[in-house]
Amino acid sequence: MEAVAFYIIAAIAVFGALLMITRRNPLAGAFSLVVSLIALAGIYAMLRAELIFILQILVYAGAIMVLVIFTIMLLNLREEELEEPPAGKIKTLIILAAVAFGCYGIIKVLSGAPDEVPRVPENFGSVEKVGELMLTSYLYPFEIISVVLLVAIVGVVLLAKKVI
Amino acid sequence: MERLADYIVYNLPFLQQIPRVIVDLIIMLFFATCMLLFWVALFAGITSWVERRVAGRIQSRIGPNRVGPQGFLQWIADGLKCFLKEDFVPAAADKKLFLLAPYIVFAGMFAVFVVVPFGDGLIISNLNIGIFYVLAISSLVVVGILMSGWSSNNKWSLLGGMRSAAQIVSYEIPVSLAILPVILLTGSLGMQDIIRAQGPYPWQWFAFHNPFTFIAFFIFFIGALAEGNRTPFDIPEAESELVAGYNTEYSGMRFVFFFFAEWANLYIIAALTVTLFLGGWNTPAHLYTNLFGLLHRSVDVAGTFVFILKSLFLVFVIIWIRWTLPRLRVDQMMDVCWKYFVPFSFANIVGTIIWMVLADAAPVLGYVRYILFVVGLMVPLAIAMKITRNFRLAKSEIHLNPFI
Amino acid sequence: MLAASKYAPVVLLFVIALAIPVLMIGIATIVGPRRLGVKKKVPFECGTEPIGDTRKRFSVRFFLVALLFIVFDVEAVFIFPWAVLFRQLGLFGFIEMAVFLFILILGLVYVWKKGALEWE
Repeated sequence: MEAVAFYIIAAIAVFGALLMITRRNPLAGAFSLVVSLIALAGIYAMLRAELIFILQILVYAGAIMVLVIFTIMLLNLREEELEEPPAGKIKTLIILAAVAFGCYGIIKVLSGAPDEVPRVPENFGSVEKVGELMLTSYLYPFEIISVVLLVAIVGVVLLAKKVI
Repeated sequence: MERLADYIVYNLPFLQQIPRVIVDLIIMLFFATCMLLFWVALFAGITSWVERRVAGRIQSRIGPNRVGPQGFLQWIADGLKCFLKEDFVPAAADKKLFLLAPYIVFAGMFAVFVVVPFGDGLIISNLNIGIFYVLAISSLVVVGILMSGWSSNNKWSLLGGMRSAAQIVSYEIPVSLAILPVILLTGSLGMQDIIRAQGPYPWQWFAFHNPFTFIAFFIFFIGALAEGNRTPFDIPEAESELVAGYNTEYSGMRFVFFFFAEWANLYIIAALTVTLFLGGWNTPAHLYTNLFGLLHRSVDVAGTFVFILKSLFLVFVIIWIRWTLPRLRVDQMMDVCWKYFVPFSFANIVGTIIWMVLADAAPVLGYVRYILFVVGLMVPLAIAMKITRNFRLAKSEIHLNPFI
Repeated sequence: MLAASKYAPVVLLFVIALAIPVLMIGIATIVGPRRLGVKKKVPFECGTEPIGDTRKRFSVRFFLVALLFIVFDVEAVFIFPWAVLFRQLGLFGFIEMAVFLFILILGLVYVWKKGALEWE
């Protein structure tokens, strides 16, 4: 049951990603990326990682996508201005992907059936648990985040002011 | 939801032979479909009629009154008309994205209903992350709006979509910061937990808990209006300059779904405000359920009734605001958000923490809520007095009967 | 299974929310008329011939708003877990968040002073 759900969601994610790299129009590509990001959020939800699930939708599918779309509109590239996709490189990429997938299959077969699936503790990945870790054991990185965000704010102003 | 399922399985013994998960799923499916078809459609339709009638009264005209008694069936007529219209795509549009956009806007709006409570135990899924989920999903709507605005390949649509997106993302910040005082007081993100943390009496609601939540209540409500593109924040669809905003090129059923989403959003705004700040489904009767266990169901029903009544009242207030206040300019709208709401929300968070620490030390502060409740009561009273005074000055009669 | 069953309704509702418009729009397309015309397919511009191209460069303002939104959104996201845990953390949590908020309010003041919040 869970495996079926996983493969469906994973297929949607891969489909979105493929669509994204094959679209000529940058905006159509951006919208396909949303599909992929939401499907990833679904996988996080299946992993019981509630906080990450929310972050994925809120920050990536919401905020970053809006930024990407605004940026594309700001640059306003036309299809004519884009370079032709290099055909040779795409072939190499397809071969590489096939090789990687083959290696994965070989490893999967060699390692045999997985051992005992580790049991997830109660409340794992919930907002409370992650918050608890973040605010006690990982306090220092947490406070650093605020500095990083401050630097980001300064960067925003510098970047945007240059354009204005 | 689980309690409802328990109740149904208990009363229909043959269901006990089927695995419980499947029964739950079927009940959920049934409940969700019912909610979509009856509640949202009915609400969206009837509110569109109510709004036009209220607008009529406010502007000293009648409003729709031809179809059915008092024009009540107008919304059905409108819906049927749109159903029979041509589904049409402009030649310059990006066809795929143009056709897809209404679904995304509608699905994003509708998925919020998963965590909108209707009563004690009457919620589709009481997620632990409740209110957080609402914030996340509603940011998906932005993508749909941008998609429709851009793919139409029309200047009005594109401008409307861009403005709408900029406005929604800006107001998402004060709205989420205004929720934080409530989370601080509750210690949970679940919708039902937030409601349970408030008491049955109005002065125990979070809106009156302390001066900071009082301010947060207004920031949340006004910010939510802006996120829903409602007047005074309807710059994205300003009729006088942008025709209709991001949905200019849409026709027929696709257009209906945009409006569906907009009306449904009206209810979401109201229901969230009631949940977070106005006590949710709590009624004084909830205090006595333990004394009279038999009355449990009827108390639940009363709670649902009270919840919906409060929400509908807020919907009326939103409509009232729309037909009273003029539209803001873009720069004013941005100023309100970044220069007033965001700093005030930060102050609210800090203030609430200090208040919580102080209230633990000095329980006297608990009485502040009575004062705030009285202040809150004064606002509608003052408005009512002002209205009667205006009527007296204009020497006109007051018609309280809503039907002319 | 418990956590998964809580999310099943989300998926279900998404499916229904997509299925019903598909169904209704599908019926409407069959029922509705189809009268195509060249003029009809022109982008709507209040009855005049469209002037210029729609795809124009957009103001950098929108870009700035989106950038600021991301920063403050991420920040709000980090405050939420703390708000949930505040009662358990007590004074320690208060000091932690005071430092965090102070640095970010500094950022807001900086943006304000630099005039990035001005919409000219």
